[in-house]
Amino acid sequence: MSDIFMNPIEYLPRLPLGEWVDSFIDWLLFHIGTVTRFISNFLEGIMGGITDALMWFPPFILILLISLIAWRFSNRGVAIFTFLGLTLIYNMQLWLPALSTITMILIAVTISICIGLPVGIISTRSPIFHRIVWPILDFMQTMPAFVYLIPAVFFFRLGVVSAMIATVVFSTPPVIRLTGLGIRQVSEEVVEASQAFGSTDWQLLTKVQLPLAMPTIMAGVNQCIMLALSMVVIAAMIGAGGLGGHVYGAIQRLNIGLGFESGLAVVILAIILDRITQSSKEREEE
Amino acid sequence: MAKIMVENLSKIFGNNPDKAFALLEEGYTKDEVMEKTGQAVGVYNASFTVDKGEIFVIMGLSGSGKSTVIRCLNRLIDPTRGKIVIGDQEVSAMDADELREFRRHKQSMVFQRFALFPHRTVVENAAFGLEIQGSSKEEREKKAQDALELVGLKGWGSRYPDQLSGGMQQRVGLARCLAVDPEILFMDEAFSALDPLIRREMQDELLALQEKVGKTIVFITHDLDEALKLGDRVAIMKDGVIVQLDTPENILTRPANDYVAKFVEDVDLSKVLTAEGVMQSPRVVAYPKDGPRVALRKMKEAGISGIFVINRQGQLMGYVNAVDAKNAAEKEEPDISNIIEKDIPTVIPDTTINELFETAANASTPYAVIDEDKILKGIIVRGSLLAGLVKEASKDE
Repeated sequence: MSDIFMNPIEYLPRLPLGEWVDSFIDWLLFHIGTVTRFISNFLEGIMGGITDALMWFPPFILILLISLIAWRFSNRGVAIFTFLGLTLIYNMQLWLPALSTITMILIAVTISICIGLPVGIISTRSPIFHRIVWPILDFMQTMPAFVYLIPAVFFFRLGVVSAMIATVVFSTPPVIRLTGLGIRQVSEEVVEASQAFGSTDWQLLTKVQLPLAMPTIMAGVNQCIMLALSMVVIAAMIGAGGLGGHVYGAIQRLNIGLGFESGLAVVILAIILDRITQSSKEREEE
Repeated sequence: MAKIMVENLSKIFGNNPDKAFALLEEGYTKDEVMEKTGQAVGVYNASFTVDKGEIFVIMGLSGSGKSTVIRCLNRLIDPTRGKIVIGDQEVSAMDADELREFRRHKQSMVFQRFALFPHRTVVENAAFGLEIQGSSKEEREKKAQDALELVGLKGWGSRYPDQLSGGMQQRVGLARCLAVDPEILFMDEAFSALDPLIRREMQDELLALQEKVGKTIVFITHDLDEALKLGDRVAIMKDGVIVQLDTPENILTRPANDYVAKFVEDVDLSKVLTAEGVMQSPRVVAYPKDGPRVALRKMKEAGISGIFVINRQGQLMGYVNAVDAKNAAEKEEPDISNIIEKDIPTVIPDTTINELFETAANASTPYAVIDEDKILKGIIVRGSLLAGLVKEASKDE
């Protein structure tokens, strides 16, 4: 009896948070099965299409093309690095997994921007919406990335699609945040000037706010790509394949050499993607 | 004719304006209302009219509510109470669409820190209003270039705002307004961010420009010198209330209360008082057909050593001094038409005393104040110039 006073918390019934989430997921699964199947097929189709298209190119030509893109968006140094880095990846026989990783990132980032940009914009138009969305973003970003894998698998089975969904969930918040931030940073007086000339809200957005917020939005896109890359590797645990798959395999087999090689390939991709998006952000600022 | 009519305009910032109004009606001040209710009084019961083509200046220190007033006029801030009529439209009752049309075509605004669009070139900035209106690319390009030329920025169109000096940036701000050819210009501390020399230059140019374009201008400033220089009429605000609304001269010479008096005591009167303010009415004048003896007698009675000559229409003909008149009388000349000095200093009524001083030293005759039709309005004797200044200055004490 004295124990109950010494340690009362142990006598409280345990809150079944985990069970609630489980039953909620079950309920969802049951009701939106058709929708998830549709999304699943759709993404798999796109994914396959893009990978096929990329694989159609002879690797060497594709490496040259990507280097040219790097030159166009950034500078010669980045272009040379891109060329050497991709050649090394090819040389390590990691070209195909690298392609599938790039494809997954491209799709996930595109979806993230398509969701993040409008949500970010709406959050600057409606304070209530902002107050609802921001805590959700905090929640999404502080949640350990692995946790997203579980519901993703539930809805979309093991494989590329659930990996991509988890990646989108993980990498969208910075786009939303920095879009909102960029628009809110536009000076009050400039916004006032635009309104004083009788601009509609759409004109204010497209002619003044978005152009001026563009450097910040690009920083968000850059972050989004980096997060997507890191998530795509983690998502190998649920069958994403690609470079992450090789890393994951290396861990399981304790194959240090293979682990290092695929890790290095991820780093090379990260640097290339970062430099290309970074510099297009800087050019916006000029 | 009144272009802008404002009646009992009030703006309370806060969620319970009625409480604030109740206290204000009992005579509490802005600070007391803030303390008791947490409501910030922006403007309380401001009423005024602005005539077409007039420069109407609202002057006050920061927190006096002047910026709130001007923002209520185009409803960048929605007034809590009161009626605003501009032209034949009641701005305070417009819905969103009407308001947008009004903002696009009837008015435009110049901002204190220029508020140019940094991502657009100078000409794209100047064309912004037209772009918002939806006019064609060639048209807005042309009008924007014309407006830039009007403010002296021809050839700068392809630069970006941050490549320009402050004065030039504000010219772009002005061009951006003029390009849409509005009836009304709202200028919110338009020159306050500029350094004093540039500011004076811009003030002069605004006045010159106003001669050309003849807009109705509402100008906000915290600088009394600027207010007196630019304003046809000046409203002085304190704590959200208009404390005096008058011509610059009346504000100087007849301040409505201690607050205004304290403001104006540092003003250099010679820059503000005009010839009209210190001239005396020409009580005694001669006519060309007067005989020399008549002229001499008029001078003797008035105790002056010379006399202005006007014709029957009241136009100034010249000046006759006593010595010439005496000689003419001895020569038995029939009238004074031969001894009129035609080359005498004349000024227009708007000339400031400062400008008068610059030429007063080498003039031997009094000044004749004439209007554009050469009608003699008054005379200024050098002595009365100084006396005028001393009188106005000592009145405050």
